[in-house]
Amino acid sequence: MASLPGRWAGVQRASDLAVAASTGGVDRLLPVAAELRPLFPAGGLRRGSTVAVTPGTSSLVLALLAGASESGAWAAVVGMPGLGLLAAAQAGVALDRLGLVPNPGPDWPMVVAALLDGVDVVVAAVPGPIAGRVASRLSARARQRGSVLIPYGRWEGADLTLTGEGGVWHGLGAGRGRLRSRELTITARGRGAAGRPRSVRVQLPDHTGRLAPAPATSRPALTVLSGAAA
Amino acid sequence: MTGPVRTLLVWCPDWSVIAAELTTGVPARAPVAILHAGRVVACSPAARAEAVTWGLRKREAQSRCPELVVLEHDPARDARAFEPVVAAVEQVVAGVEVIRPGACALAVRGPARYFGSEERAAERIVEQIGQECAVEARVGIADGSFAAELAARAGRIVPPGQTRAFLAGQDVRKLGRPELADLLRRLGIRTLGEFAALPAGDVLTRFGFDAALAHRLAAGLDERPLVVRRPPPELAVHEEYDEPIDRVDVAAFAARALAERLHERLAGHGLACTRLAIEAVTADGQELCRSWRHDGLLTAAAITDRVRWQLEGWLSGVRRGAPDRPTAPVRPTAGIRWLRLVPDGVIAQVGLQPGLWGESGEGRERAHRAFARVQGLLGPDSVVGAVLRGGRSPADQVRLVRWGDERIADEPAPWPGRLPPPAPATVPPEPVAATVYDGQDRPVTVTARLSISAAPARLAIAGAPPVAITGWAGPWPIDERWWAPAEARRQARFQVELADGRALLLALSAGEWTVEAIYD
Repeated sequence: MASLPGRWAGVQRASDLAVAASTGGVDRLLPVAAELRPLFPAGGLRRGSTVAVTPGTSSLVLALLAGASESGAWAAVVGMPGLGLLAAAQAGVALDRLGLVPNPGPDWPMVVAALLDGVDVVVAAVPGPIAGRVASRLSARARQRGSVLIPYGRWEGADLTLTGEGGVWHGLGAGRGRLRSRELTITARGRGAAGRPRSVRVQLPDHTGRLAPAPATSRPALTVLSGAAA
Repeated sequence: MTGPVRTLLVWCPDWSVIAAELTTGVPARAPVAILHAGRVVACSPAARAEAVTWGLRKREAQSRCPELVVLEHDPARDARAFEPVVAAVEQVVAGVEVIRPGACALAVRGPARYFGSEERAAERIVEQIGQECAVEARVGIADGSFAAELAARAGRIVPPGQTRAFLAGQDVRKLGRPELADLLRRLGIRTLGEFAALPAGDVLTRFGFDAALAHRLAAGLDERPLVVRRPPPELAVHEEYDEPIDRVDVAAFAARALAERLHERLAGHGLACTRLAIEAVTADGQELCRSWRHDGLLTAAAITDRVRWQLEGWLSGVRRGAPDRPTAPVRPTAGIRWLRLVPDGVIAQVGLQPGLWGESGEGRERAHRAFARVQGLLGPDSVVGAVLRGGRSPADQVRLVRWGDERIADEPAPWPGRLPPPAPATVPPEPVAATVYDGQDRPVTVTARLSISAAPARLAIAGAPPVAITGWAGPWPIDERWWAPAEARRQARFQVELADGRALLLALSAGEWTVEAIYD
């Protein structure tokens, strides 16, 4: 694409146009934490998009919710009865703007569609393999209503799929200490402008439960300060 | 200047005792004493017969009457119990002033003309109170409410113009000012007539302003007009159905009409309600009642939804989306004949306050509509919100409330033994069984003195192949609610890190290991 002949010089890829259009309007973007921004082509959760999260990293869902929630957005979580709500509060999610549907039952596509009509961010745990038709219909609903759909599970046709890998916990020894923070690599794979995988290394959660930049270098846990006793 | 208003005063003797009987069921015929700050403030006739009097200490009263039932003084209980009496009086006459719980006054001119005479009006009111509330009341009529009260205690109707003469014979202690009465008695003034004979100016200079007021009362110059209470507007709406409702769709239709009527009536008074009571009577005479709370104002649509949910719940007898609620739903035995909506928690409607930048109020409305829609699909208990509260385990620190209900946050309090952040991002609703092995493949145990049998080396969750433990910390004990055997919990908690990168919160309770939470 880079070596297009001269007469195509004015032609742009459709995905570039989409990025330009989406970054043009601030209203169309729900913010994410600064550390996660490089993962998103638009620099945040674009309204109307579908951003899937690979299961096994609930704290990544909470980090995405926290970013949107802090800007005043309303959020709903469908089908995750085990979501740690204390962790959500610590991550920065405003619990008074969070509604939970722990057991949606067999009607869950209808429930998710109803929530997409009115709630800014809808997290939906995918209950096993779903028909591509249902997935594309729900994504289209999100696009039409300007909400963000975050499927927690495999989702055909997601604009972006975030995966947390290579988690390393700090703070726990053999019989002492406690879990303090985890370093995690988050990789985003997607379609169009996000086709090339991008990844960031972050602390999720850090010692307060929030998302934080990864420490620059891994240092020994204890540093002896020479002359401190003098 | 007009003279004192001709006043009828209704007085219920020993009202505190009667109120206690009405609300707590302590029979007023038994010797009962009401105590405030350790002193008797009211007692029943039976107690009075045993020489229990006003102002006695509790021990003294009990020594005079060993079988005395002692109750704490509760002004709110007295006032609440008096409300039906006032309502009963208001059914007969208009313009009632409540002087205190147990006494109310009204201008007698109108009722006397309507019923023919003052005596007949008095009889009618006493009869009405007796029929409606089964309470004994006495009536006195005189010029001014002070004289009327003394007349009621004496059970008299003082003819017009003779109030001063009636008062003249009364004891000064009946002024209700013990210090002044004590002083006057020591000065040799024993009756109101003697007090009233003193020059008004001298009373004011010698005894002060309050005594000057008492002096006017004693002279029968009680010119204070009655402060008439305005009966609260009737807000509840009800509907009777000729055909008993036993189908959900018919119920929904009925609910809609009734809810809109209620909303219109509230809006007409400039009010909105935050709580709603739904009452229904079935064709068999079974009565059902349920109260709904809401954190915002109940709009017409919200009222409709709640009534519809409630009727659906009653008519279908089951509630979807609430498998964890063991409360057996009350199923009516027949169709619903009679439906009533009572607004509760009524506040002045000042209009919807939009957000400062316009958007937030709208977003809230949209989100609430979406959640209400899901509640309509799956049942009212299917959507919940979370409130943080005190507790030690991650699950304890969150309380789920039905969406739309009031969220009352707990006061922050120290909870020694709660784990510091970060909190686990996954808390399974039911803990998962697990086994922890040491280096020799023996299960790890913890003694009562919290010494661990060996360092944990491998963890098997729910029968899966064991995974090596690379880091662990604990045991951290909790011993909760030991005073309630059914809820008691004694646990030793551990944090472990596994070779595959997972981190877990484990708990050991009565020899059983469980995975309480997952840090993922």
